[in-house]
Amino acid sequence: MAILDQGPLNYKENIPPIIVDNYGKWRYHENPKAGVLKHVSETGAELYSIRVGSPRLVSIDFVRDICKLADEYCDGYLRFTTRHNVEFLVSDAAKVEPLIAALGAIGLPVGGTGASISNIVHTQGWVHCHTPATDASGVVKAVMDDLYEYFVDMKLPAQLKMSLACCLNMCGAAHCSDLAIVGVHRTPPRIDHEKIRKGTEIPSLVACCPTGAIRPNPKEKSVLVNEAKCMYCGNCYTMNPGMEIIDPQNDGIAILVGGKVANARTNPMFSRMVIPFIENNPPRWPEVTSAVRNIVETWAANARKGEKMGEWIERIGWERFFTLTGIEFSDKLIDDFIFSRETFRTGAAFKYE
Amino acid sequence: MADKKTPQLDELQNGQWPSFVTEIKRAAVKNEASKDLLHLLERSYEEKRGHWKHGGIVGVKGYGGGVIGRYTDLPEDYPHLQAFHTVRINAPSGWFYSTDSLRKICDIWEKRGSGLMNLHGATGDAILLGTTTDQLQPIFDELSEEGFDLGGSGSDLRSPSCCVGPARCEHACYDTLEACYNITNAFQDELHRPMWPYKSKIKFSGCANDCTASIARADCAVIGTWRDSLIIDPEEVKKYAASGMNIQHVCDGCPTDALKYNAETQELSVIAKDCSRCMHCINRMPKAITPGKDRGATILIGGKSTIVQSAFMGWVIVPFMKMEEADDFEEFKDVITRIWEWWDENGKTRERIGETIYRLGMSKFLTEVGLPAVPQMVYRPRANPYVFWPEDEIKK
Repeated sequence: MAILDQGPLNYKENIPPIIVDNYGKWRYHENPKAGVLKHVSETGAELYSIRVGSPRLVSIDFVRDICKLADEYCDGYLRFTTRHNVEFLVSDAAKVEPLIAALGAIGLPVGGTGASISNIVHTQGWVHCHTPATDASGVVKAVMDDLYEYFVDMKLPAQLKMSLACCLNMCGAAHCSDLAIVGVHRTPPRIDHEKIRKGTEIPSLVACCPTGAIRPNPKEKSVLVNEAKCMYCGNCYTMNPGMEIIDPQNDGIAILVGGKVANARTNPMFSRMVIPFIENNPPRWPEVTSAVRNIVETWAANARKGEKMGEWIERIGWERFFTLTGIEFSDKLIDDFIFSRETFRTGAAFKYE
Repeated sequence: MADKKTPQLDELQNGQWPSFVTEIKRAAVKNEASKDLLHLLERSYEEKRGHWKHGGIVGVKGYGGGVIGRYTDLPEDYPHLQAFHTVRINAPSGWFYSTDSLRKICDIWEKRGSGLMNLHGATGDAILLGTTTDQLQPIFDELSEEGFDLGGSGSDLRSPSCCVGPARCEHACYDTLEACYNITNAFQDELHRPMWPYKSKIKFSGCANDCTASIARADCAVIGTWRDSLIIDPEEVKKYAASGMNIQHVCDGCPTDALKYNAETQELSVIAKDCSRCMHCINRMPKAITPGKDRGATILIGGKSTIVQSAFMGWVIVPFMKMEEADDFEEFKDVITRIWEWWDENGKTRERIGETIYRLGMSKFLTEVGLPAVPQMVYRPRANPYVFWPEDEIKK
């Protein structure tokens, strides 16, 4: 029988000796090349972290492969980052290049530090989610293949954090990313009265709708949807399988840009929608990859050194962002949900191009 | 199913980025459910839709969360995916693992599941992806024997997570790993037995760079900071100058104009009372500038993603709190317990704490959980005169 409430593994038993010895004593770090961080301790110890791109959805064979490398080069320890990269912690400088070569031999890219693209935080998509409007892993694979050069090199103005959420729930902090790829539904739920009648708490289902679009339907012992009020969030579908929201003809992807979480220079910012819809086009979503590349490269060509996507756009103005990227502006990009008014321009000073 | 082709997924094995399709295929060599998953996913690529139903109720003895039911809507065509449940393992602080620990997970998962996993899920758990109902209890038992425990799911405390902190970062203003470990252990009941209006997340970031994105995705964000002045090492400033760094450019980026550089004398100084502790200059010149000595954390409440009432970023409720192992993180535990009790009493079903506070008002929240209102909580005061005056402040 399992022991209840014993809590997670103790991190103290899972950190390598060099970190035990230098815990809390790190003085500074350098980024000698893409994917390599060098931390120097007040004791004089040097630790090299080798950051490696991972598909995140991995097999036990993958895990055993990276364990083998960690045994050989890192005293039997490794870690994962908040962006789902793998990090190998090397205490012997002479082992850095051999490890990078060994990683290359099994097809794992080293990069994602400094002014580069980090791994894309993403969700389950068609692999394992019940409400997805698009796949997650496939879109991420297509985008990272396309932007690979920006992962393995540090030639961008600043760090670029991307996220993908496969539906309007926007799991995975997509709402504060430099660039967010978000699965969107575009049609109201189709009601299956049969399923609703099977043990649904009608008042809870009615109450779950953020726009008040759902009403009781006493005749059917079910509910009605006021389609004009529905913005397709799918909250009702999560509450009840009788509110089918998936619509392969109309589901697809929106692009949001300019969010950040760090406080450096400017406050954290939400990502803002710049492309309301792109059709799902598996397996490589070419319209999505080219839209992302266009935004990233326009930023790279125009931003100042050290300027994050959102800082650049706020400096030049959103009207110029649309001119420079050639992305079409439309009424769909003007907010009409709850907190919309703060986004309206309440001044007479602006640019034309 | 074995002889069916998967041309769309095969295409995703090309390209330089490591392929999840290759990973599914590796798992499929040993496991029938992973083989079915490959073909089900190919069908999703053809039909442009997912084929997973809502989770039914599954569980392990003693817990209300930690495992999530998942079933395909096409069980006749993909019999090994009839049940394909998720198991969440609460990851160690900072996602540090010995290879022994990871191999133990692999051995159990090879025997009792699909062999596929997410390292990690967005909340930070190690996610085991795909097993049958009868395997859930044995998996839990065996993981438990090896020292692992399950993470949160449903309307409970989700597994807290933290940045790399003092283990490998010079910026950490408190011990994020110990705080995460200690506080997770203190709230095991809240983590394993859903009893709240909805989920609640805590993330620990050691500084205002906020590498865990706590402000965006944690109901409670604990972000490291300091109260005194940042510290400048004049010798290191001179070395940066000698290396050709444009130090004036670093000063130009300071949002409060608090950093001054004299190019002639190569002296850098800070007007401490003007500094807002944003981390910009420290990020640019880590050898020369460090956080102050009076360190702790800012506590923010309400962060969440878009569904239902729009995305919220966490907002300040305690500008500075000491976060010390020596006192067992007592003040934090005390405040978060009062906050959860208030939310439990006032929140509606599927309402995150930020939405509850927004609906009922910050004033009511602050009064009832006993937190003093201070100017650091707002960018600017209200622009309307509609104050809800308490009765005891009105003459009768």
